[in-house]
Amino acid sequence: MLEHVELFFKSIFIDNMVFATFLGMCSYLAVSKRVATAVGLGAAVIFVLAVTVPLNWLLDQYILRDGALAWLGPEYADYNLGFLSFILFIATIATMVQLVEIVVEKFSPALYNSLGIFLPLIAVNCAILGGSLFMQSRDIQTLGLAFNYGLSSGIGWFLAILAIAAIREKIRYSNVPAPLRGLGITFIITGLMAIGFMSFGGMLTGGDEVPAEEVKTTVQKENVDKISEEAKDNTVSFNNAIKNNN
Amino acid sequence: MALLSKKDTNLILDPLADNNPITIQVLGICSALAITAELKASIVMAISVLFVMGMGNVVISLMRNIIPSKIRIIVQLIVVAALVIMVDQVLKAFAYELSKTLSVFVGLIITNCIIMGRFEAFALANGTWRSFLDGIGNAAGYGVILIIIGFFRELLGSGTLLGYKVLGDPITKTGLYAIGYENNGFMLLSPMALIVVGLIIWVQRSRNKALIEEN
Repeated sequence: MLEHVELFFKSIFIDNMVFATFLGMCSYLAVSKRVATAVGLGAAVIFVLAVTVPLNWLLDQYILRDGALAWLGPEYADYNLGFLSFILFIATIATMVQLVEIVVEKFSPALYNSLGIFLPLIAVNCAILGGSLFMQSRDIQTLGLAFNYGLSSGIGWFLAILAIAAIREKIRYSNVPAPLRGLGITFIITGLMAIGFMSFGGMLTGGDEVPAEEVKTTVQKENVDKISEEAKDNTVSFNNAIKNNN
Repeated sequence: MALLSKKDTNLILDPLADNNPITIQVLGICSALAITAELKASIVMAISVLFVMGMGNVVISLMRNIIPSKIRIIVQLIVVAALVIMVDQVLKAFAYELSKTLSVFVGLIITNCIIMGRFEAFALANGTWRSFLDGIGNAAGYGVILIIIGFFRELLGSGTLLGYKVLGDPITKTGLYAIGYENNGFMLLSPMALIVVGLIIWVQRSRNKALIEEN
């Protein structure tokens, strides 16, 4: 349970897709002029990420990784199809996006029309493929964690695009130097927001390294204690032996 | 007939400055920001994209009459993915350390919007030779920005270029460090990449007033 909570907050704030790894920047910059469209795209990204990351986790676990084909029989156990992961992942994503498009068009034509061209473009949003590739390279352990990772990375992306859209709506009233207007100032604001998000880095004591070291030192301490206790016992028994001899 | 007519040279030269994929069309930003902390990684990334885009544009323009328009996105993705797998395997074989530094960003060339953008806007409607030139031109425009960012971030961030200490040695205090210069480690962190791109856009648009945006 605790690892779920940790992964959730870590992927939203510390490893935020926009501010820490720069994924999905193109649509982040293109769709963030109005809050309403930004919310629509953000919600679609959350949904697609939460579906494709667990799906790709299954693909990775049972088809792609080294020895994953062992369930087919022992003669397949030493196959490694890892080089195919790009093609399989992108195929899953393209299919899912197509499916989402069909479902949205059928059940909510209003949303479909407001998203327009951006819905199919989710397929080429690097945040989606990036989510699956990070899932693979960070060795996410279970299907539940993979779902959690997809969902929370999506929420992080949603937060980022919501924030920048709100800022860009307000910045129209301020006096920005002419050559910086539009794109330039958006980049610089994103940079400043990224600096702000870096402060979340201390939230979980910087990841795995520090706690691991602590464990090591306590183990060593225990060993030292044990050794010294043994030494004490020995000296006691030695003393007793001397006493007995006397 | 010359190999390159005037129109063809424009295909290559336009994206380098006035129609640059990164600073004007706002495409392919992710990798431009994420892997530019070192100049070497930027150069390798630029070359990889040059290869994928040149070849991809050629393949798509050869197939443009037989691709049904309804599934063209998936066809394009498959073509790019196949080319990227080639790049990835070559990198893993000959520059393993570097492929670790680039991590998932080689794979993310697949979703680099410049590539899809050029397929949609150019290769689906033009002949093979012109598509090739267009691909090379746009990838070069992308590469130029990448190399500029990588140059400044590595120079100011760690005082080196391609791993050579050009500003002197920070430990024995030679060169610039002798007069009290310090490396700005902040340049190596991710937020500065965004700010450097912002500054490049500022410089470019104040030189060419036609590019200035409203509001």
